[in-house]
Amino acid sequence: MKMKSRRYPLSILFSVVGSFTIIFTVFTLLNMVARQVIWDPSGLVDAATDGYVLRSIWLTLYASFLATFIAVVFGTPLAYVLARHDFKGKSVVEAVIDLPVIIPHSVAGIALYTLLMSRSPVGGVFASIGVVFEDHLPGIVAAMFFVSASLYINAARDGFQSVDYRLEWVARTLGASQSRAFTRVTLPLAVRHLLSGAIMSWARGISEFGAVVMIAFYPMIAPILIYYRFTTTGLRGSQPIAVMLIVICLTVFLSLRVLSKRWERG
Amino acid sequence: MIRFENVSNDWGDFKLKDVGFHVGEGEYFVVLGPTGAGKTLLLETIAGFYTPRSGRILLRGEDAETLLPEQRGVGFVYQDYSLFPHMTVEENVRFGLEMRKVSAEEMERRVDDVLMLLRIEKLRDRYPKTLSGGEQQRAAIARALVIEPDILLLDEPLSALDTRTREALRDELRRIHRARGTTTVHVTHDQTEALFLADRVAVIIDGELVQVDTPDRVFNKPGSVKVAEFVGVENVLEGVVTGYSRGVASIECGFEVKAVSEIREGPVYAFIRPENVILSVEPFPSSARNVVECTVMEVVKLGSIHQVKTDRGLNIAVTQQSVEEFGLKPSSRVYASFKATAVHVIKRNVQRRTPAVISK
Repeated sequence: MKMKSRRYPLSILFSVVGSFTIIFTVFTLLNMVARQVIWDPSGLVDAATDGYVLRSIWLTLYASFLATFIAVVFGTPLAYVLARHDFKGKSVVEAVIDLPVIIPHSVAGIALYTLLMSRSPVGGVFASIGVVFEDHLPGIVAAMFFVSASLYINAARDGFQSVDYRLEWVARTLGASQSRAFTRVTLPLAVRHLLSGAIMSWARGISEFGAVVMIAFYPMIAPILIYYRFTTTGLRGSQPIAVMLIVICLTVFLSLRVLSKRWERG
Repeated sequence: MIRFENVSNDWGDFKLKDVGFHVGEGEYFVVLGPTGAGKTLLLETIAGFYTPRSGRILLRGEDAETLLPEQRGVGFVYQDYSLFPHMTVEENVRFGLEMRKVSAEEMERRVDDVLMLLRIEKLRDRYPKTLSGGEQQRAAIARALVIEPDILLLDEPLSALDTRTREALRDELRRIHRARGTTTVHVTHDQTEALFLADRVAVIIDGELVQVDTPDRVFNKPGSVKVAEFVGVENVLEGVVTGYSRGVASIECGFEVKAVSEIREGPVYAFIRPENVILSVEPFPSSARNVVECTVMEVVKLGSIHQVKTDRGLNIAVTQQSVEEFGLKPSSRVYASFKATAVHVIKRNVQRRTPAVISK
């Protein structure tokens, strides 16, 4: 609906009021980037050529990708069941999925650490096969997975729900087993939701600080490196990395969005 | 081909109560019932998506309970067509053959055949969302028929279409059924569809199967008041048989009605379809055994025809022309004539009611 200002005065007012959030967000980020570029371009260059910083950013993207991958593997089946079936305790399951959104992430980090540290029974089992969580990549991935999986699962569930179950039923009458109906009909039709859920989950993982810092301060992911530099060398040391992280993330997300839109159009 | 034995199921809002019927091989079987009677669920039960709570279903003489939907040999066409939106018409039609691992050569032949049968060869590369409702319906029927199912299930296949498309597709359904001879179960709330297409009609009201019969008998000789009302028998008269001679019953229902009937006595219902009543302003000589003098109460326009309601409780369908010619209006004096064969009589169970006590 195109807005005709005279016919929809309230909508005009709402648009003006509503733009506050947008302006606040964009201005905050632009301000930081602009300050960095204008007043300290050399700091940015230093950061961009600092191997430690680059490795840290790469580690962040990689660890979050792994966390999202795990969310896709384990979350897709769960999302499908939630979308298609009613069962006793379903609302409990759904509440559990949303739990990580509610609990403070430092709390989640402590809980994960308690469970997975090498001295604990569970962590000990993993340690005996060479998987160490504290201050190692698996710890980062576990923390990111904990906080980001729900984003993927909820998006995937909505995606499966958006596919009429009768399409699957028709496929069944045409001779498809349930799994073929899923792979040939439901999955292709829900894939855009799955993809955008995965992108959201990945983004959420990259931005995680609280849960990761509890279990794996080292190797430093970018948010932790930024915090560390901020507390030791102040804005001068931390802001360039923050700017780099923002630019890289935005570039990646925008290109993924464009790609998935293209893909959807076929 | 299909046999329901005392099938009951409960979906909360919809129920099937002790439903039993049999559909013969090659038969075109129409399940007729008001909207919301659970007819779609009946089809989905045949297709194997629901298990009856009690009773059993036989397909080809075999208990269907253990058969998965993909093993039942049914083709399903939903009211909203349910075409796969990410596939072209041809891909939709090929789907079932791919699932059956039919050879490429045979696949091509069968797809071509069925597209031709439904006259949609030109649409083969189009996506469903670019098709009209009628075209989508043809594609959906083609997709169901290409697997050469033993049973074709049609869920309100014509309801979502405009009148012209509906009539065209109705003719097509008949032509296709003649060409293929596939056992068909077609559910609808539309009586004309049933009358036009069915070999036999099953009427389901409130989850109960109330009559299974030829379309002609369902429409002209309904077995109960419920069926009569549903199939548009507007004249339902309560009366008592007062005399009987040579196959004709005399029924007293405020006025006397002669009816060809087997019922010789007792309380009855007499059903007369409104289109079987002829209206005139003078009594005229005809073969009609019943001529009832009545007064017009109301004339209601119902599309192309008018319904004349009279003080005798008789409703008569007349054309616009008759309304003008006879100058029909409330309080007009008219004669309603109908044949003794146009009256269908069934026994009426008299409820034992406490008679109203009138205090003196």
